[in-house]
Amino acid sequence: MYFKKNSNKSFNILLLRILIIFVFILVSFFIIIPLLPLFLKSFSDNKNNFIGLENFINYIQNPSLTQSFINSLKVAITTTFFSVLIGFIYAYALTRTRLPLKKFFNTFSLFSLYIPPLAVAIGLIYIFGKQGLITQGFFGTIPGFDINLYGFNGIIIGEIFYCFPQALIILVSALNLSDQRLYEAAESLKASPLRKFLTITLPNIKYGLMNSFFICFILSFTDFGVPKVVGGNFNVLATDIYKQVVGQQNFAMGATISIYLLVPSILAFLIDKNFQKNEASLISGKSIPFKPRKNLIVDSIMFIFCSLILILVIGVFSSIVLASLIKIWPYDISLSLQNFRFSNVAGNGYEPYFNTVFMSIYTAIFGTIFVFFTAYLVEKFKPLKKIRMLIYFFSTLPIAIPGLVLGLSYILFFNKPSFSVPFLDFQIFNPFSLLYGTMGILVLANIIHFFTVCFISATTTLKQIDKEFEEVSESLKVPFYKTFLRITIPLSLPTILEIGSYYFVNSMITVSAIIFLYPAKIPVSSVSIVNMDDAGDTASAAAMSTLIVLTSLFVRLIYEFTSRNVSKKSSVWINPLET
Amino acid sequence: MGAAVIGTALAPSANAWWWGKKGSEKASITVYTALEDDQIPNYLKSFERDYPNIEVNIVRDSTGIVTAKLLAEAENPQADVVWGLAASSLLVANDRGLIQGYAPKGLSNVKPSFRDPAKKPSWVGIDSWISAFCVNKIEAQKNGLSIPKSWADLTKPEYKGHIVMSNPASSGTGYLSVASRLQNLPSEEDGWNYLDALHENIAQYMHSGSKPCKAAGKGEYPIGVSFGYRAVKQVNMGQPIEAVFPKEGSGWDVEANALIKKDKIKPAAKTFLDWAISPEVSREYAKSFAITAVETDVPLPKGFPSNPEKQLAKNDLQWAAVNRERILAEWAKRYDGKSAPK
Repeated sequence: MYFKKNSNKSFNILLLRILIIFVFILVSFFIIIPLLPLFLKSFSDNKNNFIGLENFINYIQNPSLTQSFINSLKVAITTTFFSVLIGFIYAYALTRTRLPLKKFFNTFSLFSLYIPPLAVAIGLIYIFGKQGLITQGFFGTIPGFDINLYGFNGIIIGEIFYCFPQALIILVSALNLSDQRLYEAAESLKASPLRKFLTITLPNIKYGLMNSFFICFILSFTDFGVPKVVGGNFNVLATDIYKQVVGQQNFAMGATISIYLLVPSILAFLIDKNFQKNEASLISGKSIPFKPRKNLIVDSIMFIFCSLILILVIGVFSSIVLASLIKIWPYDISLSLQNFRFSNVAGNGYEPYFNTVFMSIYTAIFGTIFVFFTAYLVEKFKPLKKIRMLIYFFSTLPIAIPGLVLGLSYILFFNKPSFSVPFLDFQIFNPFSLLYGTMGILVLANIIHFFTVCFISATTTLKQIDKEFEEVSESLKVPFYKTFLRITIPLSLPTILEIGSYYFVNSMITVSAIIFLYPAKIPVSSVSIVNMDDAGDTASAAAMSTLIVLTSLFVRLIYEFTSRNVSKKSSVWINPLET
Repeated sequence: MGAAVIGTALAPSANAWWWGKKGSEKASITVYTALEDDQIPNYLKSFERDYPNIEVNIVRDSTGIVTAKLLAEAENPQADVVWGLAASSLLVANDRGLIQGYAPKGLSNVKPSFRDPAKKPSWVGIDSWISAFCVNKIEAQKNGLSIPKSWADLTKPEYKGHIVMSNPASSGTGYLSVASRLQNLPSEEDGWNYLDALHENIAQYMHSGSKPCKAAGKGEYPIGVSFGYRAVKQVNMGQPIEAVFPKEGSGWDVEANALIKKDKIKPAAKTFLDWAISPEVSREYAKSFAITAVETDVPLPKGFPSNPEKQLAKNDLQWAAVNRERILAEWAKRYDGKSAPK
């Protein structure tokens, strides 16, 4: 990055323009262009004849569509409401109260994200299924209670497990952003706590709140993992895609439904974008971080609330650990460690596990660099406004693309040896095809699949950092990359580490895109969990899941340790947790 | 980062591990399979012994995923061979021109109904999988249910809400049961009437072939309509399951092999296909499957009916493939729209 000393302003702007265009090209090639062949399929039949809108019309005329669409909406709205509510209270407890054992609650806040989705389903079935611990009242010792897991209820619980940590991440960074001076002013005006909450806290975090609504809504609208396992007969759009693509190999119809899935996402994006227009940076370089005071009642309520959430999550995890040790649930409850050997599993043993760990490390490193740099260019500069808007728009799309669709699109694009130029008898070599069949394609698919949440989290943080820094640098004729390296990165380090660990834990558990892409010689553990469970070996699947959860927890502890040291050195106000 | 990934990928010096250990001395083939994960190492033993110079890279996934992957990779096929994939899936792949006909050595040993009749068959079967019910004896007793013995029994009112079945729209096993009912009653209309009655009792249509049986094994639901190998396996694992092969006969499909059409077909791929119907490996198949394409002297695995061939209901694989789209559309119209959870 260090060019010879050149504080020439026009050089700076030229360099910026080149970088923005470069990032635009990358984002297009990794997000938009791979989706094109699949979307073109939605206008053709399975023999690739163009049939216009026929697929779309056929699908609308299918009576189950309206039902699936309404179901998907119901799921998304309910999940979003609860996830944001839980995420908000938990985040509030972590940032604005003197919650006892705060470090513990912070470390375990994302715990439900570490559990592979299939294992969440296994855990939920062991607790709430027809033979579940709670349904049967702990083997009949207390009265049982049946929540009717299969269907809407199961989907909602599973989705909240998956979505609330995502809302939490965003809300923690939003709530961290506060100005003590405002609260002090309010106090001297004798404002009630409610009034302070409504007039200072809420307006302060409205951007983060909006984003967590947006993310939870789309995640639960498009996810098929949970409905597939505990959905029973409750059809949603995402399982409709699964039926078309995996059940009937009807890619054209699968692509058609994916486009329907994108509609609410695009609407949400437009609303979100519109909302942001009125957004001004609330925190200036002069802000003082909020320091929560002791409040016995609030602190105890928060403690009970956070404990309840963690008990449920850890309860599900414990039942997975139990499942890995028990011989035949629920009929022969003898224990053994046998299942941790994975010797029966196609002879791969621990190989998939280590492949997955390396894949996740690569994803974390490359993904974080890419995502942060993209967010920085989009957020901090003025040139090429339209292109930056497009990059922003593209970056919000991956969240709406079901993993299964992404996986198939990546096969279609990256497995293509060459492109033919329309109307000319000419082929261009596809350089990206070199990635196919390597670890690179897995890493890339993960980076893109989880791009949106990381991108939004990075922009949220960058918005907090006053543009004054860039403006001052400019007037002092310091090139922007120096400001970036010396100010932006150090100030954002906690978020950068957060993004890295988010990428890591998600790559550890992801199945839907990877299952289509992993090369024969690079088996990965999330796929072997599915295969073990397919072969009826629930215990081994649970054992591998346990291993994955423990690995993610270990990485989280490293993250906690590092970020503690980092935040001591960098900004105090960006992470008051540690003060 | 993008630049970094591409840079690494372009650098020929990138380590072998990143590249998936490419460039080893051995001939190597990539095999796509839907056979069960835990069986594969046993099957492969004799191949590894006889052909130590051929490295076999297995990609194992469920039938639907393997088929989707094959079709998506059509432009630049990665697999050399498909081993043990539903014949109905191979018919789809063949229809898209992805398969190269090949007559493996020992083809004459394969029973005629287990292969594509063409001289160079596009698919050659190894075994047959048949529909069966998994009945959890403990749960059946708790709920006061008798053990159903036939398809007709399943429609009795006592089983209402106690039966789970694979969804034919997402699972081949579900489809073979549905297709079999439609072919084995006096008319297709009778078939649909039967399915209407069955639907009244179904608690859930599940998105996988084996899951109904697994659910029965864990006591989630007393009765799972699934397939024979799975039922027998769970019995042998010690679960309180009775494997029921319905009186009227079972729906069935063939697990088959095929050679993938590509510019350079490796000789090792053909070697593999020859081996895959050899008497030795067929004996291994016969240890788990009651019906194999190549006759063996292995005694019937525990839990199957004594004359398994008789258990097969009338089934025209070609008919089932050609009519699949129509049948599934009708099925979805009748049973999939009203999806309120029970």
